[in-house]
Amino acid sequence: MAIVLALGAGIAQADPHPWQLNLTRGVTTWSGEPYFLNNVAFGVCVVIGVLVFGAMFIAMFRFRKSRGAVPEKWSHNTTVEIVWTTIPVIILMVLAYLATRGLVSFANTTGAQMTVKVTGYQWKWRYDYVDYQGKPISKVGFMSKLDALSDKTRQLGSGLDPYAVKTGNENTYLLNVDKPLVLPIHTKVRFVITSDDVIHSWFVPAFGWKMDAIPGIVNTAWTNINVPGTYRGQCAELCGQDHGFMPIVVKAVSRADFAKWLAKQEQASAPAPAAPPAAASSAAAPVAVASVQGGNG
Amino acid sequence: MAHEATHDHHDHHHAPQGFFQRWVMSTNHKDIGTLYLIFSLTMFFVGGSFAMVIRAELFKPGLQLVQPAFFNEMTTMHALVMIFGAIMPAFVGLGNWMIPLMIGAPDMALPRMNNLSFWILPFAFTLLLSTLFLPGGGPAGGWTMYPPLSLQSDSLAYVVFAIHLMGISSIMGAINIIATILNMRAPGMDLLKMPVFVWSWLITAFLLIAVMPVLAGAVTMLLTDKYFGTSFFNPHGGGDPVLYQHVFWFFGHPEVYIMILPAFGIISEIVPTFARKPIFGYKAMVYAIASIAFLSFIVWAHHMFAVGLPLGADIFFMYATMLIAVPTGVKVFNWVATMWGGSMTFETPMLFAIAFIILFTIGGFSGLMLALVPADFQYHDTYFVVAHFHYVLVTGAAFAIMAATYYWLPKWTGHMYSEFWGKVHFWCSVVFVNVLFFPQHFLGLAGMPRRIPDYNVAFANFNMISSIGGFLFGASQLIFLGVIVHCVFFSKKKAADRVWESAKGLEWTVPSPAPHHTFEVPPVVHDEELAHGHVND
Repeated sequence: MAIVLALGAGIAQADPHPWQLNLTRGVTTWSGEPYFLNNVAFGVCVVIGVLVFGAMFIAMFRFRKSRGAVPEKWSHNTTVEIVWTTIPVIILMVLAYLATRGLVSFANTTGAQMTVKVTGYQWKWRYDYVDYQGKPISKVGFMSKLDALSDKTRQLGSGLDPYAVKTGNENTYLLNVDKPLVLPIHTKVRFVITSDDVIHSWFVPAFGWKMDAIPGIVNTAWTNINVPGTYRGQCAELCGQDHGFMPIVVKAVSRADFAKWLAKQEQASAPAPAAPPAAASSAAAPVAVASVQGGNG
Repeated sequence: MAHEATHDHHDHHHAPQGFFQRWVMSTNHKDIGTLYLIFSLTMFFVGGSFAMVIRAELFKPGLQLVQPAFFNEMTTMHALVMIFGAIMPAFVGLGNWMIPLMIGAPDMALPRMNNLSFWILPFAFTLLLSTLFLPGGGPAGGWTMYPPLSLQSDSLAYVVFAIHLMGISSIMGAINIIATILNMRAPGMDLLKMPVFVWSWLITAFLLIAVMPVLAGAVTMLLTDKYFGTSFFNPHGGGDPVLYQHVFWFFGHPEVYIMILPAFGIISEIVPTFARKPIFGYKAMVYAIASIAFLSFIVWAHHMFAVGLPLGADIFFMYATMLIAVPTGVKVFNWVATMWGGSMTFETPMLFAIAFIILFTIGGFSGLMLALVPADFQYHDTYFVVAHFHYVLVTGAAFAIMAATYYWLPKWTGHMYSEFWGKVHFWCSVVFVNVLFFPQHFLGLAGMPRRIPDYNVAFANFNMISSIGGFLFGASQLIFLGVIVHCVFFSKKKAADRVWESAKGLEWTVPSPAPHHTFEVPPVVHDEELAHGHVND
């Protein structure tokens, strides 16, 4: 009963939600691919399962010694064997075609309008904004680590209730950070992902993929978010004792809001000016915002 | 004098009387097989107790019992102990016991090496398990030991040495099995008349010889990276952490099949016996095992779809992986076709075999889903993967081992086990194993990563169900222990030589319990005695 209710309500709820039974559809232009493939493959498996297990149960029922079944002598049938080798090959070819299509579109990281560098650390993430709309961004970058309330609650014998860790109505125990990654929607964002110590993996289910963060290697991936919102994920590669405690939070905002946010970050990180240029720097910021918005228009 | 000489000769047919002499100095394939099986059962409970710690900590959100570092030691040790201590030695034990009996050989080809390959194992596992009691703790970087994380562990040297020992043991066991099968078959036991179990072990042994040295090489490089300043996997010295994963999984994927091919063999023995009908498509079954073994060498990177492989590599490894579904499908269809038109009874070995076919196939389905790279970008390193490999390893490999135990226990001990308690064990196991692992599919699909000691409350419901299933599945295995102990020491019911009505094969022509020495004179093989004697297809 609860499962049925949860299924019905699934669309409205943020993922992950209690009793969630399937992959999330995701919120990006690409995230439908794994979801679609998952559903098709699952459907294929269910059909094959019903046929094979069905035949098996019929056999177990009909050909019982207790029902007086007399064993037959045959142990071979070339036609049948050819059929049940060929049909799976055809099914696999269809699945392979669909999967290859999704894979090729994921591999295409060209044409990105923005680049973010993600670096894994034991046990937090660092985000550096590299460029946006063709313009380099300097000195916008920050560490993102587990929020203080989750961190306090998760200590062994803390006596605190994980159910009490909430952001608004949503329980965000172990899925909240002090400073989220802010991204604009309707923008192809290219990620360059690496690590400074051991291997981590950057995983936000709503984007439909995870990518390992490996020291000495720079991996690339991309996303293009359709819907504003807050999307939560976790490190997906064992990276030591606090592997379970380095979540990922992405806040997707409109492009206008993002431009404002970015300008504020650039301003904050600008070198502390000497006496007179204080005015100059505050004057420069709106110009930057204007030019970014101009680019959008 | 003459009497004494006869007496001596007679003695030769019985096991040595002294405990030490009989068990520690044994070169007898049956005694060594028994040692392997006891060892594996012990490790099954040791590894199982680690699993209980894991499921207890995951019972509800928040940390209640152990620190995260110790939790990681538990997941790592659980895998190492179950893979190298429980599943693999169990198959070697079954091979030791049954291969000579099935092919009409008096013993293994290399009996002293057989002794050595077993007695290395207790030392290897003492070394491995001792790390839990040392300062710095046991290995906590996962059984895959990916660098750089595994290089942070203080117990690396112990673990590497333990793995070297296990590898030596496995390679010796494999050489022994190949030498036995190729050289010691009774006249008339042609290769294509051998039981499928023997075939599966022959192929598995070649896999072992091919890949255990690769694992040894990989872990040795870890050792030199940590202690001798090399940079195989250290990017600061020009190395590459991903290289380790390629080398490891070149071992690791064939290893997965090392743990399932003998299980295929066991099921192919049990199903025809209780269906009272010869196995369907004997040759197809043998060729399917061989093709799966071949394919296992060219699919390793499907464990690494998230490391950022080039597109071409992703596509190659995806297609190669999907191909495995074809021979695996053939096997499942052939088992079902063996049942079709048979005359079935459902003793405990058959129940476990049927559960194997259904639940292993479910593990195969999730394996097929995992092969699809874009979907794997979601599944990889989540509980979906945990559910997948437990379906193929627990309800696959472990269920096949349990089926084999019930099937051959009367032959080994000369007594029947309690069919009632065997069935209780079966039904408890089959119900609770699904309560344990099926919800983990949902957790993975919802995005819960593997190897985390604590989780968001959204994952709480299914984790609690899974933990309850885990505790009950663990407890059910005590019934298994009880059935075995009862059968070995207390059962009054004598087993017939041909324990099962329609069982075929040379092992059923010797008395129950099988005498200490069998087939000292090669048996005359009658094709109709064999399970696959008249097979031309």
